[in-house]
Amino acid sequence: MILSVEYVKKSFDGFVAVNGVSFGIEKEELCAIIGPNGAGKSTLFNLITGHLPLDEGEVVFDGIDISHMHAYKICRLGMGRSFQRSNIFPRLTVFENIQAAVLAYRRQGFNFLTPVGSLFREETEEILEKVGLQELSREMSGSLSYGFQKQLELGIALASEPKMLLLDEPTSGMSARETNATIELIGRIAREKGLTLLFTEHDMAVVFSISERILVLHQGQIICEGKPEEVRSNLDVQRAYLGEVP
Amino acid sequence: MSKQDWFLIPFILIVLLIPLSGSRFYVFLATDIMIVGLFAVSLNLLLGYTGLVSFGHAAFFGIGAYTCALLMKKASVVFGLAFAAAGVFGAVAAMIIGFFCIRLTKIYFAMLTLAFSQIVWAIVFKWNSLTGGDTGFIGIDFPQYLDTPVRFYYFTFLIVALCLYIIRKMVNAPFGRMLTTIRENPERTEFIGINVKLFQLVAFMISGFFSALAGALFGIFNHSIFPDLLFWPASAEVLIMTILGGMYSFYGPVVGAAVLLYLRLQVGSQTQYWPLILGTFLAVLLFFFPGGIMGFLQSQLARIRGAR
Repeated sequence: MILSVEYVKKSFDGFVAVNGVSFGIEKEELCAIIGPNGAGKSTLFNLITGHLPLDEGEVVFDGIDISHMHAYKICRLGMGRSFQRSNIFPRLTVFENIQAAVLAYRRQGFNFLTPVGSLFREETEEILEKVGLQELSREMSGSLSYGFQKQLELGIALASEPKMLLLDEPTSGMSARETNATIELIGRIAREKGLTLLFTEHDMAVVFSISERILVLHQGQIICEGKPEEVRSNLDVQRAYLGEVP
Repeated sequence: MSKQDWFLIPFILIVLLIPLSGSRFYVFLATDIMIVGLFAVSLNLLLGYTGLVSFGHAAFFGIGAYTCALLMKKASVVFGLAFAAAGVFGAVAAMIIGFFCIRLTKIYFAMLTLAFSQIVWAIVFKWNSLTGGDTGFIGIDFPQYLDTPVRFYYFTFLIVALCLYIIRKMVNAPFGRMLTTIRENPERTEFIGINVKLFQLVAFMISGFFSALAGALFGIFNHSIFPDLLFWPASAEVLIMTILGGMYSFYGPVVGAAVLLYLRLQVGSQTQYWPLILGTFLAVLLFFFPGGIMGFLQSQLARIRGAR
């Protein structure tokens, strides 16, 4: 098991956003978390990646307790993430965005001397090619279309050579065509690199097309989990009783 | 050498030739510009590169000026040593103040830097026996080998050029790139595995170091120091220079310092309404040329190139 989440809790001013969530992810598994808006998906991601402190519970990644670790350290252990809204370095070029992540991964941050332009060009180009942005490498990243920005963000996450990727709605705001291209890209990279993938997604077609297992989050709790077909039939049953489940 | 460096050569030649004009006025003004320009570039390491607005940077300038002057005057330390000590004191002060400030963000960060600088000012102002209090103290002499304004001018040029070279080297290295990513998006920088707070603190210390060196030069240059050097308007002024010159350009702050100091001397001798003129000038600039003077020039240059 590469990630194990044990009874994680988080509340904001009395509102319980994540209420005792437990689950585990196996190595190289492609796993989706679904649930209605406000179910606590993004909060759960922020808790796992160290962006928010946990109230209760424990998160173990690759055998190391990361429950109260700083985000940058968790990243260095090999956990990459992307954000729901594209989250890049807008006034840097596409190339510089990826290169910055490569430099950080290679622990070059406190290099005060070497001109940055010459460093890790090949590694950066390789990632650009992988996410299909080599043509745009000199563009200001902030001026890219939304879909390209999400692709760039994926590239930034890959530059840290993660073992596991957490993608928060990787296709949100994308056109149907961009969505298909992105999903194909993510699936291919995950298989090539043997990545473990945990993602949230509101597009059910996407979820059922690439995930091997699905967790359903509702009001801060996991209400069902299993293989896509199991979850689909289970959800139908629940919908009949509860109404608003996805 | 990059293209930008070739651009510098005519400027360097002009700066080197100024003393040959025999004009005391221009030698004085140019020395002032170089020293304050170094101060503004140090501030810009935080403002333009790291995205941190320090509203209390005069504290480090003042700490440098007082450290160097007091060591020379009260402890008879030789200039070279006192000068180096000023830089070290500046960096240490920046480490202590920065340790608290980086815990806050945006406006709270700026307010805390202001608060700390006012504390430092109050200490200098009240500690009569050491600092001379309100009147500061006068009669800080050039070391003998820098005895004339022209010699001090060339010395200042050498020191400032060296400091700018070092700062430029750093901002063009991976360290500088990390600062830019922090400026652009501190949250995302954390998730590429960078300890954002540590980088901010180191940038703060480097900035404090060079600000203090500039302050040390300034004390010697003026033959005197006084608490006003650390008072908040001094912090505001260097911030204005940096924004005026252009905070997204390495040499922008120097340009801002040159324009502001020149105008202040010229306009200030003609009218009492200098603050009014400065205010108007700044408002127009912020509205129409948010990138400052250098930002404006660069966009014009890009347009000319694009048209060809």
